[in-house]
Amino acid sequence: MKEKLLKLKEEALAKITDAAQPDSLEAARVEYLGKKGELTQILRGMGEVAPEDRPAMGQMVNAVREAVEAAIELRRRELSAKALEAKLGKEKVDVTIPGEPVVTGRRHPLNIAVGEMLDVFTKMGFDVVEGPEVEYDYYNFEALNIPKDHPARDTQDTFYFTDNVLLRTQTSSVQIHVMENQKPPIRVVAPGRVYRSDAVDATHSPLFHQMEGLVVDKGITMADLKGTLENLARMLYGEEAVCRFRPHHFPFTEPSAEMDVQCFACRGEGCRLCKGEGWIELLGAGMVHPKVLRTCGIDPDVYSGFAFGIGLERVTMRRYNIDDLRLLFENDLRFLGQF
Amino acid sequence: MKLSKKWLNDYVQIDVPEREYSEKMTMSGSKVEGWEETCSELDRVVVGRILSVEKHPDADKLVVCKVDAGEAEPIQIVTAATNVFPGAAVPVALHKSTLHGGKRIEKGKLRGVESDGMFCSVAELGVTVHDFPTAIEDGILIIDENEYEAVPGTDIRKALGLDDTVVEFEITSNRPDCLSVIGLARETAATFGLDATYPHIDAEEYAGSDVNDYISVEVRDADLCPRYSAAVVKDIKIAPSPRWMRERLRASGLRPINNIVDITNFVMLEYGQPMHAFDRSTLKEGRIVVRRAADGESITTLDGGEHPLDSATLVIADGERPVALAGVMGGENTEIRDTTETVVFESANFNGAAVRKAAKKMGLRTDSSARFEKGLDSRNTLPALVRALQLVETLGAGTVVKGIIDVDNADYAPRRMKLDAGWINGFLGTDIPVEEMRDILSDIDFGIDGDEIIVPSFRGDVECAADVAEEIVRFFGYNNIGDTMMKGEASAHGYTDLELFRKRLHTSAVSLGLFETLTYSFVSPKYFDKIRLPQDSPLRNCLKISNPLGEDTSVMRTTLIPSALEVVARNCSRGVTAGKLYEEGTVYIPTEEGKLPLEKKRVIVTVFGADAEFFAFKGVIEALLADLSISGAKYAAESGNPTFHPGRCAVITKDGETLGVMGEIHPLTSQYWDIEVPVFVADLDEEVMLKLRKPITDYKRLPKYPAITRDLALVCDESVAAGDLHDVITEAGGNILESVRLFDVYRGKGVEEGKKSMAYNLVLRASDHTLTDAEAEAAVAKILRKLEAAGATLRS
Repeated sequence: MKEKLLKLKEEALAKITDAAQPDSLEAARVEYLGKKGELTQILRGMGEVAPEDRPAMGQMVNAVREAVEAAIELRRRELSAKALEAKLGKEKVDVTIPGEPVVTGRRHPLNIAVGEMLDVFTKMGFDVVEGPEVEYDYYNFEALNIPKDHPARDTQDTFYFTDNVLLRTQTSSVQIHVMENQKPPIRVVAPGRVYRSDAVDATHSPLFHQMEGLVVDKGITMADLKGTLENLARMLYGEEAVCRFRPHHFPFTEPSAEMDVQCFACRGEGCRLCKGEGWIELLGAGMVHPKVLRTCGIDPDVYSGFAFGIGLERVTMRRYNIDDLRLLFENDLRFLGQF
Repeated sequence: MKLSKKWLNDYVQIDVPEREYSEKMTMSGSKVEGWEETCSELDRVVVGRILSVEKHPDADKLVVCKVDAGEAEPIQIVTAATNVFPGAAVPVALHKSTLHGGKRIEKGKLRGVESDGMFCSVAELGVTVHDFPTAIEDGILIIDENEYEAVPGTDIRKALGLDDTVVEFEITSNRPDCLSVIGLARETAATFGLDATYPHIDAEEYAGSDVNDYISVEVRDADLCPRYSAAVVKDIKIAPSPRWMRERLRASGLRPINNIVDITNFVMLEYGQPMHAFDRSTLKEGRIVVRRAADGESITTLDGGEHPLDSATLVIADGERPVALAGVMGGENTEIRDTTETVVFESANFNGAAVRKAAKKMGLRTDSSARFEKGLDSRNTLPALVRALQLVETLGAGTVVKGIIDVDNADYAPRRMKLDAGWINGFLGTDIPVEEMRDILSDIDFGIDGDEIIVPSFRGDVECAADVAEEIVRFFGYNNIGDTMMKGEASAHGYTDLELFRKRLHTSAVSLGLFETLTYSFVSPKYFDKIRLPQDSPLRNCLKISNPLGEDTSVMRTTLIPSALEVVARNCSRGVTAGKLYEEGTVYIPTEEGKLPLEKKRVIVTVFGADAEFFAFKGVIEALLADLSISGAKYAAESGNPTFHPGRCAVITKDGETLGVMGEIHPLTSQYWDIEVPVFVADLDEEVMLKLRKPITDYKRLPKYPAITRDLALVCDESVAAGDLHDVITEAGGNILESVRLFDVYRGKGVEEGKKSMAYNLVLRASDHTLTDAEAEAAVAKILRKLEAAGATLRS
């Protein structure tokens, strides 16, 4: 009996180890452990064993059964690991093949730049406002201290609808609307389209964009103007941006200034990028002219303010090194898709 | 304004490198655009003296010259020029030299004879016969040794006075005083802390009354001519002006002509006061009358142009006719000729606006009008006139007749202001001592009188304390002001609803794969036809620009559709034949004549390409609206919009408001734009979108109980719209109908001709208990009953 059992065990273990497939393993299990399996038969036949031999015999049979069961389990794991390995092997892909293309949408580069600037200004407590593009002469010129026949009108070739209605040449017109409708303190920025009758070329467009800024309050100084705009330059161009303010003339500010940023390429030495100047003009600004304040019903003896205007195409072109203004309005998808 | 450094040095001794000069002048308010050394291209061109001229052995038209070019041995030059002679001093371009225009000269053989270089003409030096009056156009420049020292070997730029540096200033319109050498000398001296000396002017030297024997001056329209000063010079000897004057004029960009004309130009540049000279003999009755032109009069100006005049234009007339356009240009009838014997010099002050208007109308923008239109100093006419008389005497150009006529209606009084250092420092955010302020102001010729300052007459632009602050700070240094952040209240408004909506709009559009475009606000009027707009469409009523650049950009758009199609067409023509676009753009809807239009924002979405398809496009629009919290929009078939395909166009509405229109562009429309792929456009009203927007306030709880789904296959007539069936199902389903989705439309075998099968998937769920089959069946039965009434039955 003992020999029979040991032989059976050996036989069973050999079959299990040899089983190459889950079904041959299952067949082996049925053969030995199934209802009619050989080990099961032996267990059933225990009644015929002499009572005094039963414990030892039972132990032996159970030991064999456990050994067979363990072997089956081990083999099962081996086989399934092997099967999984084979499956994974078959599923292998060439990971260097590009993925399915997904086209994501894009903002226009100019509006990306505008968005970044608006973020800066709203953080500094500015409100965002708008004004009409089709304007009365009064808002675009007269109220900004540019009377009829003022030579400054020459530099702003204006599109007219009637003698009195025109396409605004500067977002400065929004200053007047804001001051007419709001008492100080005023702290606004106004991005928008402006128009001048310049023929289209790499640096000119009859339509372009500006962002106007206006601050009016008690005790606003020119140092505030500088601090605010240098802050803008640092936010746009990084902490190391170097700015300078240069005297200039605008009829609606006094003193007036232009702000230059030191050329990033040559650090002020003068190069092709900055046309040898070492500086790149960024914006025009100044203290709001007392005449303009008075025109808008704000007492210049009580309040002061500053204003600035930024050419947004210029900022955008700088930001992405775009060398031709026309690209911004052609809307070629191969261009728009880059930003 | 071009400033000759040689000329500048006549008044202020300045010796700093050009870069530093430009930088400092720019920072004190006189913006330097650039600088240029005159004739700087000339290299290795020297003075040579011709020693001998011999015939060329093999060429009749060539001669062989031995030339002393300052070197140990004479050089040999072969030339075809016929005006060379032994003893002549000439410009010699040596071997490896450079001439005007970058032309390189090397030695070589001419018909077998060695030539070590070349003689130069005026053109080859980049100058003209006006600069060298004794020279001829088509010959070698023979140096006039009465005027120029000709030492062989001397660099030609130095020898001929071509070695100047010209600084180009951008003078802003408020500073006409800087359109003069003296004005810039003043700014230079103040910027660098130097002293400036100007010509000594004393009108008394010319006092007398003899002038009245020659002319009379009558100013009839003093509003347009606040001051008119005039003097007479007799015994005129017209001749070229001297070298120093020619050099200064040339460096300043003016062509020397003759002594009298040059004097007027020289004084204009020096003092910033335009002058004019009349030939006295041509002035009828010896009269000068300053008046508005009479209608019907006309004038032929010095440039030969003929201009009809009217009463808006100020002229200088003699006893009979206009002889000059005041402040713009003189008349041909009284111009200075070689035969002129007596000259009348005019130095006047004209109203800037009037000159600007006249110059613009005549299309004549001159150095004179450009100065006058900025508003000149009425005190300047007399010094300029006296300076001209001095120059006449210096040049020996004639005899000054005693007496100056000066009609002064300007009513000028110097402007006095209190110097309020406290206010200025408060305004600038600085701490500049009052003494420093006074020093700065006095450097630029402001008078100081105790607490008061006196604004010089040439600074009409300084009117108020802010102007004075600018004068101080531009010399104190803009960049010496501190940087502070303003105090006081910031607004707490943040973004408005509209701005938040727009931010969301852009985020949504980009997330849907759309590219943002920026198109012009003005379009061609032809674009209305190109989108097949009916003749009576209100959208054809648009604002027309009265002075457009061209027809293509001459009217303000009333719809964004042409702008979008233009972008599609441009991309297609460049081989980009598919894409998804959007733009938030403005349309301009006219109101009353002479009033502002309504500027309305619209959102346009465009998808084009061979694969573009109606329902994919509609999906984009639905997703956009859903993402903008606009739910439940209705799409109604629209067959009457000629821009769109009659069977693939829908008007989008919600709550009785029209959100816009969407659909496939009509093939005939596409044809107009040469677009060969399908194009889908949705044109939406931003205002309505904003109004209908209902941003989420309460989230919807996740379901706790299971759902029951039912699929229904319905059969109905072709004419039944899916949207209507959807409405019927939604209404009949009530609360427990969670969702309804049309998942198949089938026509063909098994479905009767003229009918279609529509397959819906319904999800039914109760929020407070597990739905029973019985409840579900009852709901479906009700839905089917209502559907039957609407013409759709369960497919058997």
